[in-house]
Amino acid sequence: MNVTEGPGLRPRRNPKRSPWRYVVIAVMLFLALALADVVLTNPNFGWPVVGQYLFSAVILDGLLLTLELTAVVMVVGSVLGVILAVMRTSTNTFVARGAWAYIWFFRGTPLLIQVIFWFNIAALFPRISLGVPFGPTLAGIDANALVTPWTAAVLALSLNEGAYMAEIVRGGLLGVDRGQYEAAQALGMRPSKVFGIILPQAVRTIIPPTANQLVTTFKNTALVSVIGLADLLHSAQVVYALNYQTIPLLIVAAFWYLLLTSLLSYVQSLLERRYSKGYVPRSRPQAATGTSDAVALKEA
Amino acid sequence: METPMIALRGIQKRFDSVHVLKGVDYSVSRGSVSCLIGPSGSGKSTLLRCINGLQPADEGEVWVDGELIGLRIDGDHVVPLPEKEIADQRRQIGMVFQRFNLFPHMTALENVMSGPLRVNRADKERTRDLAMGLLDQVGLAARADHYPNELSGGQQQRVAIARALAMKPKVMLFDEPTSALDPELVGEVLSVMRDLAAEGMTMIVVTHEMGFARDVADHVCFMDEGVIVEEGHPDTVLTDPRTARAREFLKRG
Ligand SMILES: Nc1ncnc2c1ncn2[C@@H]1O[C@H](COP(=O)(O)OP(=O)(O)OP(=O)(O)O)[C@@H](O)[C@H]1O
Ligand SMILES: [Mg+2]
Repeated sequence: MNVTEGPGLRPRRNPKRSPWRYVVIAVMLFLALALADVVLTNPNFGWPVVGQYLFSAVILDGLLLTLELTAVVMVVGSVLGVILAVMRTSTNTFVARGAWAYIWFFRGTPLLIQVIFWFNIAALFPRISLGVPFGPTLAGIDANALVTPWTAAVLALSLNEGAYMAEIVRGGLLGVDRGQYEAAQALGMRPSKVFGIILPQAVRTIIPPTANQLVTTFKNTALVSVIGLADLLHSAQVVYALNYQTIPLLIVAAFWYLLLTSLLSYVQSLLERRYSKGYVPRSRPQAATGTSDAVALKEA
Repeated sequence: METPMIALRGIQKRFDSVHVLKGVDYSVSRGSVSCLIGPSGSGKSTLLRCINGLQPADEGEVWVDGELIGLRIDGDHVVPLPEKEIADQRRQIGMVFQRFNLFPHMTALENVMSGPLRVNRADKERTRDLAMGLLDQVGLAARADHYPNELSGGQQQRVAIARALAMKPKVMLFDEPTSALDPELVGEVLSVMRDLAAEGMTMIVVTHEMGFARDVADHVCFMDEGVIVEEGHPDTVLTDPRTARAREFLKRG
């Protein structure tokens, strides 16, 4: 038989599904029901207490502080990360090695230790002063007054964040084609302007790991509960220290963490689409479109 | 004799142990087109990069329109200039790359405007007019709002030429501008370059397009193993080379 023979065009049918598929579905359903049974019928979960505290002022205040802390840390950490990434690619070896050492230190020690360390910095330096090394002091301030739980938390998380962001940004910068640097340089751009051409291109590859980093940081802020900063977790702890409803309040905190991380993942997918501009062809015919309708399409 | 637009004296360049340029003397007079030919790895790209300081030479001097590039004369020595000042000097030296290197996140128009806006802080409206004029000159006014990945290779290269011209350079360097193109797209790029030559632009073109060299070039240089082996009028160098190496290369090409 050759291709042109046969009883005309045969209709198409989807392939038969494996019977195992139904076995797997049955097992999954059973497990889900068993889990629901345990979760709903065990009174120790304390669902009424969860409902009572989910939107309570103390929890929402804690959530707000967690969000503020995350935002500040992300902004400071990203700026620090860009600076460190540029330093690492510097031709000046002292600058490059300094950045390397910074990243090495802050990524190589537990964040929990860093948080506690900065909170206790007053034990190391009772007075924090500004001056010439080994020379005269220009101005000084009592460390205990300066390092509140909030500043210690911002300091610890941001310095740590900077180290992680530096690696992410560096990866993005290295990912940009060398020809892009050369094209910018050949136009007569100074190094800072060249960077202005390169960074937006790096952003595309920087976004996914940065979004992951944001989710991680958001959850890492829970560490500051150990230094008594009233974040989401600490607020829940304060409540259950009084009413002994530990599990319900942990559920309340976990609910908010989960809701926010899900939201962040959604925003991440939106951002990724936005920065694919110029990389994924816009879906429209390549036919000779004039300037005016090209503009119209862009605005649509 | 008038001073040449581009003059290279004793250019040497090493990459680690590899001696890529072994003392190149080369000059291109004002308004003329010089084609640089030679086998792969002979140092043609490196020589172009020495001219605009993308890869500064280890030894020797580059002069463009009477200005020493990348160096400052200090008594009887020369001292490398800081990168910022070399960047400023590059404004007068346009360069077009084999792989176009358009900025992918900018439209064709934004690419052409990028130089004047970012380097010269030029007025936006006037730059837009200038850029549209240049896109028109390379036949791409209708593609102004397209991103590079929405353009063919030939169109991208023409945008890249317009982008370089937007800085109003005194000279243009082309590094195998048609080597990455499908054969049917080569002609449109060469025709833009022909027009540019006819307008009196001083150009150095590294190319394998012998037809272009024959028709357009005033001067052809044959390079091999880091030295200029033979140079002169295209009719002489391309059809009746003196040296065995050039003869060998042209027979293969
Ligand atoms: N950045 C670099 N580092 C090390 N070696 C290099 C570098 N750039 C070029 N070279 C070497 O210098 C030599 C000359 O390279 P160049 O690119 O100038 O040759 P070319 O004549 O342009 O060749 P082609 O026709 O293949 O483009 C080659 O051996 C190459 O490997
Ligand atoms: Mg080359």
